[in-house]
Amino acid sequence: MLVIEDLKVRLGGKEILKHIDLVIEPGETHILFGPNGSGKTSLLMTIMGYPQYEVVCGKIFFKDKDITDMSINERAELGIGMSYQRPPSIQGLKTRQMVHLCGRNGVDVDSLASRMNFTDFLDRDINVGFSGGEIKRSELLQLMAQDPDLLLFDEPESGVDLENIALIGNTINQLLERDVKGTADKSKKEIMKLRTKMGLIITHTGFILDYVTADKGQVLFDGILACRSNPNAIFKQIKEEGYEECVRCAS
Amino acid sequence: MRELDKKAAEAIEKKAPLGPDINIDAYAEKPPIHNKVDDLSTLPDDDKDVMLQAGVDVNEAERSGSYIQKDSSAVFSFSHDDGLEVIPIREALEKLDWVHDYYWKLIAVDTDKYTARAHLDLQDGYVIRALPGCKISFPVQTCLYLEREGSTQIVHNIVIAEEGSEVHIISGCAAAAHATKGLHIGISEFFVKKNAKLSFTMIHHWAEDMIVRPRSATIVEEGGLFLNNYVSMRPIKSIQAYPTTYLEGKNAVARFYSLLVGSPGSEIDMGGRVYLRSEETRAEIISRAITNGGNIIARGDLIGEVPGVKGHLECHGLILNGGFMHAIPELSGKIDGVEMSHEAAVGKIAQDEILYLMSRGLTEDEATATIVRGFLNVDIPGLPSKLKAEIDRAVQLSQKDVM
Ligand SMILES: Nc1ncnc2c1ncn2[C@@H]1O[C@H](COP(=O)(O)OP(=O)(O)OP(=O)(O)O)[C@@H](O)[C@H]1O
Ligand SMILES: [Mg+2]
Repeated sequence: MLVIEDLKVRLGGKEILKHIDLVIEPGETHILFGPNGSGKTSLLMTIMGYPQYEVVCGKIFFKDKDITDMSINERAELGIGMSYQRPPSIQGLKTRQMVHLCGRNGVDVDSLASRMNFTDFLDRDINVGFSGGEIKRSELLQLMAQDPDLLLFDEPESGVDLENIALIGNTINQLLERDVKGTADKSKKEIMKLRTKMGLIITHTGFILDYVTADKGQVLFDGILACRSNPNAIFKQIKEEGYEECVRCAS
Repeated sequence: MRELDKKAAEAIEKKAPLGPDINIDAYAEKPPIHNKVDDLSTLPDDDKDVMLQAGVDVNEAERSGSYIQKDSSAVFSFSHDDGLEVIPIREALEKLDWVHDYYWKLIAVDTDKYTARAHLDLQDGYVIRALPGCKISFPVQTCLYLEREGSTQIVHNIVIAEEGSEVHIISGCAAAAHATKGLHIGISEFFVKKNAKLSFTMIHHWAEDMIVRPRSATIVEEGGLFLNNYVSMRPIKSIQAYPTTYLEGKNAVARFYSLLVGSPGSEIDMGGRVYLRSEETRAEIISRAITNGGNIIARGDLIGEVPGVKGHLECHGLILNGGFMHAIPELSGKIDGVEMSHEAAVGKIAQDEILYLMSRGLTEDEATATIVRGFLNVDIPGLPSKLKAEIDRAVQLSQKDVM
């Protein structure tokens, strides 16, 4: 479980998150909406533990541990992973090695890459010269190897072509254990109850909603989570009336 | 010879324009004479250990030939390939007339006091020649090994890739584990003839108080390829070198790659200069330098003299724990229609790269090491994978020193 209480965050002297309360239960996936610059990426980076995001007050708990002051790699070890909007590139570090590192050398890189349609990129330097859509697949490939329990996706589908969007959507579904089917001895509902993976997905386009059945939607506006509701309903409202109206309805 | 003697004698005090001036007589310990060995495996284990780290395989598995010099003595010189000659240079100068057509032909003997001394006090060195049309299947290895503390080692090497031949040389330069102080002067003249391919990979494994003054030059004829790789990761007191290549024939290509690490107390002044003198010649000089407390100057110079040539220069420097890094890339086009570019970047490891790797579960130290390894991992097209593996091994062995 992820619990965020009364979180206030500053970046470069500017208060970008004013008051965040958020609970993601085991097995739950939330969609995060919000206009450009509203602080969505900042929220994910703060959960991941980036030191430039200064927590002014409030606490973050994960798996019943207070992680507010934990380093990034301790959080990664505890099971938090992120797919970045704009990851850095690293000269000379091959994608193959990167995926190995993510999987702590215990994964079959080639088979993961072929599932992600990414075999041709394994011997290229990570993210160097990757197109927008290729970066998204590279990020997901790394997360597949890392296999965290809380997955933070920052606009995983933006810039992705129509064919690859299905691939990305389905992969996210798998990573979040959303692709369950009933079995002989357990109903789909029972299996769903046993899920533990948690997800927080930022989207502008809403395409991801066609693939991932999320539990809740959140709208980040002016540094606070202004509305929580059914993600499809939120998306419809934003599309029809814009963020401001959507937020007004909540308050 | 008499002319050479005279010129050398006149230049014996001549300072080099670059690098700290060295008093050669301060390294006057007399090196012992080492006996020849019939089999490299009979070398003392201590020697073998060090040589191994400089890329020398004493079992000679997958080597086409070897030349090993300890201090001033050529102790082993052998070719396993009919298309390959490996001869100590003193013997060659005595017995083979043609060698004189190559001796001091690319480098002026009166360049500076080091070249002068190399002629007047020549100890030994190797002549390696790939015969016309012969593709030498395995790399040839050479090792210049300094054992005598406080001594000067002087070598002169001549490498000839005859027309249409292909040969790969790995050259390890190393100081014995107990030796810390010494001076190495090395003259190397490379001749890459028409359509020949020569790769030369040099791994330096010197010691904290070693002074090294290589002087080398290369000529590449039509359609020839010269690939020069240089790795110096270990502490060294001072090295200054500015190897020069002349691309004299149409389509000739030269590519230089160097990986340098400057430890505290190290003065490294490394360059590469290529004259593009014939149409459609191409040159590339790429260096990656890391300083963790040492001083590094990385120079590069491309001179385009005719239209239709292409050159690229790339100096990337990383400052890890203080130290000083100076990248000096120079381009000069003497005429229209030369296409030359350079790229220089000096900086610290980017924090966002470290954090990115940490978010994948690496500790800060692991992340830093991974980025450093990536920085030093340059693709070298045309280099046999075994030699690339030797370079990677040298990089890995010294990772501890770097961090
Ligand atoms: N170093 C900085 N100093 C000050 N403000 C910053 C800094 N970096 C980012 N910001 C600002 O913080 C705000 C939140 O940025 P953030 O990236 O979290 O937005 P976002 O909701 O993810 O937007 P988008 O939808 O465009 O990705 C923006 O207004 C941004 O300009
Ligand atoms: Mg964003």
